[in-house]
Amino acid sequence: MNFLVTSSPHIRASVTTRSLMRDVIFALIPALVMGIVFQGVRALVVTVVSVATCLIAEFLYGKIVYKKNTVKDASAAVTGFLLAMILPANVSLGAVVLGAVFAIIVVKALSGGLGNNIFNPALAGRAILMLLVPAQIIRFAAPGTALPLFGTADIISAATPLHEMRMPIIPKVPVMDLIIGRAAGCIGEVSALMLILGGIYLIVRKVISWHIPVAYLGTVAVLALVFSKTDAPLMWMVYNLVSGGVMLGAFFMATDYATSPTSNKGKLIYGIGCGILTYVFRNVGLYPESVTYSILLMNALSWAIDRFTAPRVFGKEKGGRA
Amino acid sequence: MKLAFSGGIHPAGHKELTNNAVPVEAKAPEIVAIPLKQHIGAPCTALVEKGAHVYMGQKIGDGEGMTVPVHASVSGEVIAVEPRKFPGWGDVECIVIKNDFKDEFKSDLKAHDSADSLNGDEILRIIREAGIVGMGGAAFPTNIKAKVPLGDIDTVIANACECEPYITSDDMLLRTNPEKVLGGLKLIAEILRPKRIVIAVEDNKKEAIDVLRGELKNYPMIELSVLPTRYPQGAEKQLIYAVTKREVPSGKLPKDIGCGVFNTATCASVYEAVIEGMPVIRRIVTITGEGANEPKNMIVRFGTSYEDALNAAGGIKPETEKVLSGGPMMGLAQPDLKSSVVKGNNAILCLLPQKKYDETACIRCGKCTEVCPIRLQPLYLYRNVKNGNTEGLKKLGIMDCIECGCCAYGCPAKLPLTESFRLGKKAVREAMAK
Repeated sequence: MNFLVTSSPHIRASVTTRSLMRDVIFALIPALVMGIVFQGVRALVVTVVSVATCLIAEFLYGKIVYKKNTVKDASAAVTGFLLAMILPANVSLGAVVLGAVFAIIVVKALSGGLGNNIFNPALAGRAILMLLVPAQIIRFAAPGTALPLFGTADIISAATPLHEMRMPIIPKVPVMDLIIGRAAGCIGEVSALMLILGGIYLIVRKVISWHIPVAYLGTVAVLALVFSKTDAPLMWMVYNLVSGGVMLGAFFMATDYATSPTSNKGKLIYGIGCGILTYVFRNVGLYPESVTYSILLMNALSWAIDRFTAPRVFGKEKGGRA
Repeated sequence: MKLAFSGGIHPAGHKELTNNAVPVEAKAPEIVAIPLKQHIGAPCTALVEKGAHVYMGQKIGDGEGMTVPVHASVSGEVIAVEPRKFPGWGDVECIVIKNDFKDEFKSDLKAHDSADSLNGDEILRIIREAGIVGMGGAAFPTNIKAKVPLGDIDTVIANACECEPYITSDDMLLRTNPEKVLGGLKLIAEILRPKRIVIAVEDNKKEAIDVLRGELKNYPMIELSVLPTRYPQGAEKQLIYAVTKREVPSGKLPKDIGCGVFNTATCASVYEAVIEGMPVIRRIVTITGEGANEPKNMIVRFGTSYEDALNAAGGIKPETEKVLSGGPMMGLAQPDLKSSVVKGNNAILCLLPQKKYDETACIRCGKCTEVCPIRLQPLYLYRNVKNGNTEGLKKLGIMDCIECGCCAYGCPAKLPLTESFRLGKKAVREAMAK
């Protein structure tokens, strides 16, 4: 009789790259639902176009370059989903395709594919659209506006809470609306509640650890309290946490495996860095939004942070660094 | 409960297959092939030739230096002295004995009513003559481990963690013969005279803990440490940390920080050697896994082939895909059933075909760093192994890797992390030798 000879360990946990990615998609669905409720079915169309473009780009690149189908790991689907979450529903579908192709091909595939990209592909996809078609990215239809399903959306730009905070004033939108998602903003960013629920799901399922979101949101909260621009620091803090892309950024973008540090200490430093940059960019500079660039900047530091926060090896004085 | 050591995992235990199976004597086989090297160190030289008659318990191999003798596990006739292949050990000279089924016993060891008349050196000599090695799997000669200047060891720990899934041989030994384990531990303590004597058990062995609590009334000097179940708690360095909060420095041994760890079955063997005058010629082996027809604990004589041992236990299912010596985390896969049961062999695990996963690229999720009990960064080690960067591997601490398998177990990308680190260590050793 002959038996299979392989190296130990001989048992494996059931978690796979695909199962982790699937959990991220599950966790995003509630936020998408609120996006559809308040911004119309076009939000869903944008999401489908983004996901489909990412999957096709990933499939073609994988087939041609690696001779392998890398779509199965579901990471491209997550990128497509995330990209849609940080675009307004009124964005043109051509722009969605462009952003998605850039994210998958330039940002991810050309830097070595899954796990090797320095920058978060979805955020980088949005960043390139900010350069090319800014008018489509920073103008938002008011919630409830009827948008065409596919064609060009001629919209009257509504002020987002962040525009008002830039004044600076406490926004007129009630906090409750921001929590459920009845506000002008990107598809997946508007409902703080659904994002928190999704984030908790990811933490409970051990897909992400608490370190990055807590450090990120905590830093924004503390800075908003200490450097409040209004005479209602507590409200200022709450609005800072529930408006714009901070919630989505803290739970879903900054926690992207490939582009964030792996050690717990590194994650805390990284989260604090994201928080500081977000608060600074929100209050200095032209654009009221800042999460995209804060996280992209911190992405660039992830590997360095990992190097300098290597845990102390058991039985050694100091941590090892390669 | 607070973790007793950092990292680690909770794989499914599967201990329920055998954790009520009181060890039963396996039918002695017609032929035993006893390897002359069942320990870390130099192989023994055969003391008998082809054609010789041997008694059960008779010393049939011994040598100089870091060697402990081996004994015949049956009485009968030596029909060959020849090399045989053993996975992990390579070609090992074996003494092949045809069993006469008389079990005529003859040993140089003497029984003692109590060890009161024996001093440490005498106990050490008996341990060596009885051929005792670390029976948790490492097979390090026990007499060498326990030969430390008096006063250097302040803590002696009996390792009853048995953290590998499926295995229950130590658990059942504790439940059926606690007096042997504790008695042996006391004898070892007699040699080393530590300040603290501990028996460490994981909290998933409730019955064993109850039995120990009762039995320990007779051993007031021994302290029971119940640890929260977590693999690899039974790894020596992790266990020492869990019990004493001391870290064995990189590249050093437990004795360097005043600790000595002895496996449960090792302790029982010390007792049998000193008190009963019995050399180690058999042990409890957990024969288990979904591929085993009747999972159970069996007392198996050394030199019994895997085939005979599995048949004695009720055979295996034809669809069995893997047969391992040891547990699923660190066990060694056997290509066939020709291997012999040896001193360090606590289990034979038969696994049915398991789910096969596709490998993906490393996604940097960091789960490997979270579970590494040595706090290495497996994801970066893996990168460096792939790039052949031995300098980087050394700096990242690859030589401290204990190959416990936690990183590979939990890796969502299903990368062969542990396997690659074995290769990486080899590459570093070769680079250093240059």
